[in-house]
Amino acid sequence: MDILSSVLDVAPAWLLVHGSALIVVLPLMVAAVLAVMPSERVAWAIALMVAIICAVCGFVLVAQVYGGNQVTYSMGGWDPPHGIGYVVDGLSAPILLLISLMAVVCLLYAYPSVRVEVEPKKRAPFYAAVMVCFAGLLGMVATGDAFNVFVFLEVSSIATYVLVGMGASRDRRALTASFNYLILGSIGATFFVIGLGFLYMETGTLNMADMGRILRDLDGGSRVAQVGFAFIVIGLGLKLAMYPLHLWLPDAYAHSPSFVTAFLAATATKAALYLLLRFTFTIFAVDFSYVGPVDTIFLAGFGIIGMLLASLQAIFQTDARRALAYSSVAQVGYMLLGVGLGTAAGLAAGYIHLLNHAIIKGGLFIALGAFWYRFGITRISDFSGLGKTMPWTMAAFTISGLSLIGVPFTAGFVSKVNLVVAAWEAQSYWAIGVVVIASIMAIIYIGNMLRHAYFGQPPVVNGDVVAKNEAPLMMLIPMWILAIASIAIGTNADFMTALANQAADVLIPLSQGGLP
Amino acid sequence: MTDFLLGHFNYAVVIVLMMTGLYVVFASGNLIKRLVGLSVFQTSVFLLYITISKVEGGQPPIVAEKKDGDHASMADAVQVAAAGPASTYGGHASDVIYSNPLPHVLILTAIVVGVATLAIGLALTVRIREVYGTIEKVEIEALDYKFNLEGTAD
Repeated sequence: MDILSSVLDVAPAWLLVHGSALIVVLPLMVAAVLAVMPSERVAWAIALMVAIICAVCGFVLVAQVYGGNQVTYSMGGWDPPHGIGYVVDGLSAPILLLISLMAVVCLLYAYPSVRVEVEPKKRAPFYAAVMVCFAGLLGMVATGDAFNVFVFLEVSSIATYVLVGMGASRDRRALTASFNYLILGSIGATFFVIGLGFLYMETGTLNMADMGRILRDLDGGSRVAQVGFAFIVIGLGLKLAMYPLHLWLPDAYAHSPSFVTAFLAATATKAALYLLLRFTFTIFAVDFSYVGPVDTIFLAGFGIIGMLLASLQAIFQTDARRALAYSSVAQVGYMLLGVGLGTAAGLAAGYIHLLNHAIIKGGLFIALGAFWYRFGITRISDFSGLGKTMPWTMAAFTISGLSLIGVPFTAGFVSKVNLVVAAWEAQSYWAIGVVVIASIMAIIYIGNMLRHAYFGQPPVVNGDVVAKNEAPLMMLIPMWILAIASIAIGTNADFMTALANQAADVLIPLSQGGLP
Repeated sequence: MTDFLLGHFNYAVVIVLMMTGLYVVFASGNLIKRLVGLSVFQTSVFLLYITISKVEGGQPPIVAEKKDGDHASMADAVQVAAAGPASTYGGHASDVIYSNPLPHVLILTAIVVGVATLAIGLALTVRIREVYGTIEKVEIEALDYKFNLEGTAD
C-alpha cells in the first residue's frame, strides 16, 4: 500500500517508537484534566483533539505492522516478562485504528447530542468518562500482558456503567439498565480473571506470548488450562454479548444517551471480540483437543442461535433502538460463525464483519440519535413521514440500513460474501442458509423502519403538516462520513480484505505450531 | 475424601464462597443484597489468587540480609523471587524460599477494581432509590411496566 508506506516516511521517529503507548496513555491522562474542566465546550474540544491524535497514532501503527511486522513497547523500560509489554500486530492495529476513528466520528456528533441529553453540570465529567472508556478499550487491545487486559477491561467497563447511567436525565430506566449491566459485566470480568488465575497456575507467566509458548510445549496443558479456557470464554462471552449472555445489552443500548449507544455499539463489543480471538487462537490454539470443538460447536452454535433468535426478537420490537440492539446481538453471531468455521478465510470474514459492523451500527445509532434530537422519538411507528421531514438524515440511515442487510455495493455485502465463500470452502453449507435467513430477517426489521419513514404520512400538528426539520450539521457530517465509508468499502474492499487477511495470518500460523 | 478436602481447604472455601456469592447475586431481589453477593463473589477470587501464591515454607519476599550499598544485587533478588513460585534467593543465601509476590500485587489491583465497581453500584442504587422510591427489583419492574403501558416513555 503506497499510502501506508508514505505515512511511515512522514511520521516523526518518536511516534514510531512510542505510538503504541501514547495511544493508551494520552486519553487516560486527559480524562483526569477533563473531570475538573469548568467548560463543557473546552472539554469537548480537548476530547475531540485527543481522539484525533489517537486516530493518527492508530494509522501509523497500521502502517508499521503492515506486511506482518510487530510493534513492541516495554512500559517504563521494564522488559517482559517482568514488566508489562505492549504488542501491536496485524490483528490489533486495525482495531486500534477503528476504535479511535469511531471515537472521532462519535465525538463530532457528541456536541449537539450531549447538550440535549445530559444535565449541564455533568457534561464535562461526561467527556472525562468517555476518555476513560476510550483509554480502556485501546489499552485492552494494545497490551500484551494478560492481567493488564483485565485491568483495562474493568477501566473501560466502569466508565461505561457511568455513561449508561447518564441517560437517566432523559429516561429513568437508564439507571436500572446500568445497574444490570454492572452486575453482569462484573460477573463476566470476574470469570475472566478466574480463568487468568488458572492459566497463571499452569504457566507461571502473565505475558501472552510466553503463555502461548508454554501451553504449546505442554500440548495444551492439563485440566487446569481447560478450566481456565472455559472461564475465559464465558467471561468474554458476557462482555461481547454472545447470544445467551446478551441480556444486559438491549436495555443498556436503548436507554443510554445516543452518543453512548453509538460509541459502545461501534467499539465495546468489538474490543471484547478481539480478546476472544486473541485468547482462542494465539494463547490457546485451535489444534488443542478442547479448543477446536469449543470453537466449532459452542461459539459457532451460539452464534447461529443468536443470529436467528436475536433477529427474530428485533423484528418484534416497537422501539427502534431496542430493535437495533437485538440486531447487534445477531451481528455478533456472524462474527462468531466466522470464528467457528476455523479456517483462515472464515476468520478473515469474521474480522471484516467486525470492522464493517462498527461502521454500519455507528451510523444507524447516530441517525436514531438525530431523530430523537429533533422530535424526541424512538418508536418505529413514530418514524412516519421522516423521509420527508428529515430527508438527508433518513438517506444516511437508509444507506447504513441497506448495508446492515447486505445489499450489493455496501460494506455489509462485502462481509456477507466473504462469510458465505468461507463457509462454502469449509463445506459448511448449512451456514450459508443461516446467513441468508438472518439477512432476510434484517430486511424485515430495517424495511419496517424504512416503510414507516418513506411511505407514512408526516404527522399533522395544529392543522399543519410538520415542515422540513433537518438534523444539525454537526450530526449530519458524522452520519454521512459513516454512510459514505460503508459505500466506499462496498465498492472497493481491497484495503479491508488486505487487513483482514493479515489478521487471519496472525491467528492461523501461530496456532499451527511455532511462534515467529 | 476428608484428607483431600483438608489438603485443599483453601480451594474448598473459595468454591463455597464463589457459589454463595453468585447465588446471592441472582436469587435476591434487593439491589443492595445483589451488590453484597457480587462483592463476595469477587473476594473469593482474591482468595484463589492468594492461595496459589503461597509456597510451602516460603517466606515473605523481603530481602533477608542487606549488603551495604549493594542495590543491584537486591533488585536482582526481588526479580528472581517474582519469577516463579519456588524461586530461591538468587546468588548468595540461595536456600531461602519465597512465596510468590506477584499474585498479591495483582490482587491489590483487583481489590481496587472491586472497590470501584462496588462504589458505582452503590451510587446507582442511591439514584434508583431517589427516582423510583424503592430498591426492590420486583417493584422497580412493576413501575417500569406501568410506565411503558401508559405510553409516556420517551
